[in-house]
Amino acid sequence: MPTLEKPELQTPAQDTPLLRIRNLTIEAQTGDQWIQIVHGIDLDLDRGEIVGLIGESGAGKSTVGLAAMGFARQGCRITQGTVEFDGTDLLALSEAARRAYRGKRIAYVAQSAAASFNPAHRLIDQYVEGPLRHGLQSRREAEFSAKALFARLRLPEPDVIGFRYPHQVSGGQLQRAITAMAMSCKPELIVFDEPTTALDVTTQIEVLTTIRDVVRDLGTAAIYITHDLAVVAQMADRIKVLLRGEHVEEAPTREMLANPQEDYTKSLWAVRSFQTDAKAAPPDHVVPTIRVEDISASYRPGQMVLEDISFCVPKGQTVAIVGESGSGKSTVARAITGLLPPLSGRVLLDGEPLPPRLKDRSKDQLRRIQMIYQMPDTALNPKQTIRDVVGRPIRFYRGLTGKALDDEVRALLSAIELEPDVYLDRRMPQLSGGQKQRVGIARALAAEPDFLICDEITSALDQLVAEGILRLLDRVQSDLGLACAFITHDLATVRAIADHVLVMQKGRIVEQGPKADVLTPPHHEYTELLLSSVPEMDPDWLDRTIAEREERGIGISDGSAAEAAAPDDPAAALQPSDS
Amino acid sequence: MWRLLRTAPPTAIFGMLVIVIYAIVAIFADGLAPFGETEVVGFEYEPWGDDFLLGTDNLGRDMLSRIIYGARNTIGIALATTFIAFSVGVFFGMLAAILGRWVDQILSRLVDVMMAIPALLFSLLLLTVFGTSILTMVLVIAAIESTRVFRLARATAMNVVVMDFVEAAKLRGEGLMWLASREILPNIVPPLVAEFGLRFCFVFLAISALSFLGLGIQPPTADWGSMVRDNAGLITFGDITPLLPAGSIALLTVAVNFLVDWMLHRSSGLRT
Repeated sequence: MPTLEKPELQTPAQDTPLLRIRNLTIEAQTGDQWIQIVHGIDLDLDRGEIVGLIGESGAGKSTVGLAAMGFARQGCRITQGTVEFDGTDLLALSEAARRAYRGKRIAYVAQSAAASFNPAHRLIDQYVEGPLRHGLQSRREAEFSAKALFARLRLPEPDVIGFRYPHQVSGGQLQRAITAMAMSCKPELIVFDEPTTALDVTTQIEVLTTIRDVVRDLGTAAIYITHDLAVVAQMADRIKVLLRGEHVEEAPTREMLANPQEDYTKSLWAVRSFQTDAKAAPPDHVVPTIRVEDISASYRPGQMVLEDISFCVPKGQTVAIVGESGSGKSTVARAITGLLPPLSGRVLLDGEPLPPRLKDRSKDQLRRIQMIYQMPDTALNPKQTIRDVVGRPIRFYRGLTGKALDDEVRALLSAIELEPDVYLDRRMPQLSGGQKQRVGIARALAAEPDFLICDEITSALDQLVAEGILRLLDRVQSDLGLACAFITHDLATVRAIADHVLVMQKGRIVEQGPKADVLTPPHHEYTELLLSSVPEMDPDWLDRTIAEREERGIGISDGSAAEAAAPDDPAAALQPSDS
Repeated sequence: MWRLLRTAPPTAIFGMLVIVIYAIVAIFADGLAPFGETEVVGFEYEPWGDDFLLGTDNLGRDMLSRIIYGARNTIGIALATTFIAFSVGVFFGMLAAILGRWVDQILSRLVDVMMAIPALLFSLLLLTVFGTSILTMVLVIAAIESTRVFRLARATAMNVVVMDFVEAAKLRGEGLMWLASREILPNIVPPLVAEFGLRFCFVFLAISALSFLGLGIQPPTADWGSMVRDNAGLITFGDITPLLPAGSIALLTVAVNFLVDWMLHRSSGLRT
């Protein structure tokens, strides 16, 4: 097997950093106005160094990352500052001259590999584009090095995987393939923009390990952009925290984790602290709010999505349904709500069997089961005001109108901590992600339900915001005594709010029980895999976990351990996370 | 509103101006026209002059007055036809998108069949069968144009139907009418408005074409299409009078297209 040499270090002046950004200022267009979104950021990067850029959405991480290539997105412009790459100011060059750098000496790995690959071409054809275009290698040489890189990134069957189309490989493999593509010209700098955010935890650990090893082995410098602190702790030598386009603080990883200086950084570090005490399960003779009995369901004949699912949700309790994408956890919600009538089994609401089909259920039965969605952007009609969104269920189910309706909407807005006078007539595009999710909760509560289904309601939100949502949900749940099913892939969330945990894999329940039982050893094998894959805020976590797994013989050689959990149809594995 | 207009390109402003002028002419036709719509006021084919600014037509009616009244008739009928086409097309388009399955299949295939027949031939055929009256013509053109509207409405509504807020409304137990009118329609209005402008042009051209062929608006009602036909002979004598109603048609079509282009561009979110 051919070895890959380290990229040649072309300048003798080793004391100048590889990348030197000074006073970078970027404006974005909203309507016909230009608003500054990045306010004078400085960044230095030495050869072979990995710096992590972290911050919540809107912090300007991606914008800064792209600017490191001298690039501004459409609707953005770099107004001030210098981006010196190896001594040359990229911003002073012509577009054509910059293009000679991109791909060849600076490469970019986007968040969603599935969206970045052209579905009409084989992986290897897309891989060789860079080296051919920059005239570095012949097609034959490029294909040869592709196979070597695929092997290094521990892709299964490196000699043939390149001849597959993007939809024929899983999401995690695709993310590694795009990393290989970025490395095809042996660049000196790679910008990773949230490369593992769209992946399941079990897949994420594979991709993280391979990316880190390859980047270290080849001595490539990298900018690693993410909002996940635990991930950046594994990857970066140095961490830089951004907030609304401003520098907050920068320090070597260990120092930053052990001793953050700024209040904002401390608050980021502290977010995982929220936890409720698990409530004890009620005695058996109490009828649970929801009882699911032996449900099986499928979308297409012959392909079962759910098999023999049984659990119950008692009044006032939270059941967390955990699993990877494709495990069928959202389908459970569809079966309970009647959107996907089960093939067999039944759902009981307070001991009364529910008609399987949505159409056959009474208005009162519909009212008592309410749902909160993952993406507040698509779950709320952008053309309606908060008054419409929250008022409609009250009017529809309870027949209130006029003043009574208005008072009720105001009371609900106060309950979700939005000032009624300010927000009542706002439309959805005028709200932030967290505010929208609060409105989603208010809409569900407006129906005065007995049972809430929360489908990944925090996964599209920043950690601080998600924390607020969880606290709010916990408060209304205990105030109103709601039964709650919480669908999530995030085990930190499970730890925070669940009373009872249900682990799903391939449409079956592999383990269920009180939170303390499921989350403390001994675990079921799959639960163990899930739990041990959640990154921790410890820079040594990744090394330790990999070492442990190797010892126990759970190889990560070709990702088979994780991807065994993905559905058999590789196309299904590429679908966005289980929504 | 003013800020929006200030960002409009010159072509869009030109389009808006022309449309406003046409609207004024159509609304105040009675006051603006020097003579009555069907009044015979002179000899046939009188040249342009002080008495008759644009001369007279083949029956001795004042050309300018006929053009002014023609604006009212042709534009009014075209607008009404477009409205009917949109009501029908949007309603069934949303129905197909929401209900899906066999409803969608039946409606879509029916529309496919209708679209497979050339529009002009189809309308000629239907008008021959049902007879030539303004009402039949309006209904026939509306039916044909509604198939195009159906396609657009169905396609855009499909994108909205899969959104979670529609699912949430279904889970709430909302009926079909609520889903269509409150949840989906507001979200597909921008492309439909732009399409309305374009469809209006096509309807307008179709009416003029049918009138030119003698199957559209019947004499003595003033209409630009039939005016072109009635006076077409003058062209051979080097008189440009018959081109005036034709030019009116062309100008309005171009103006509407300019405006629609700008609106489409805005709703597409492109910045350049």
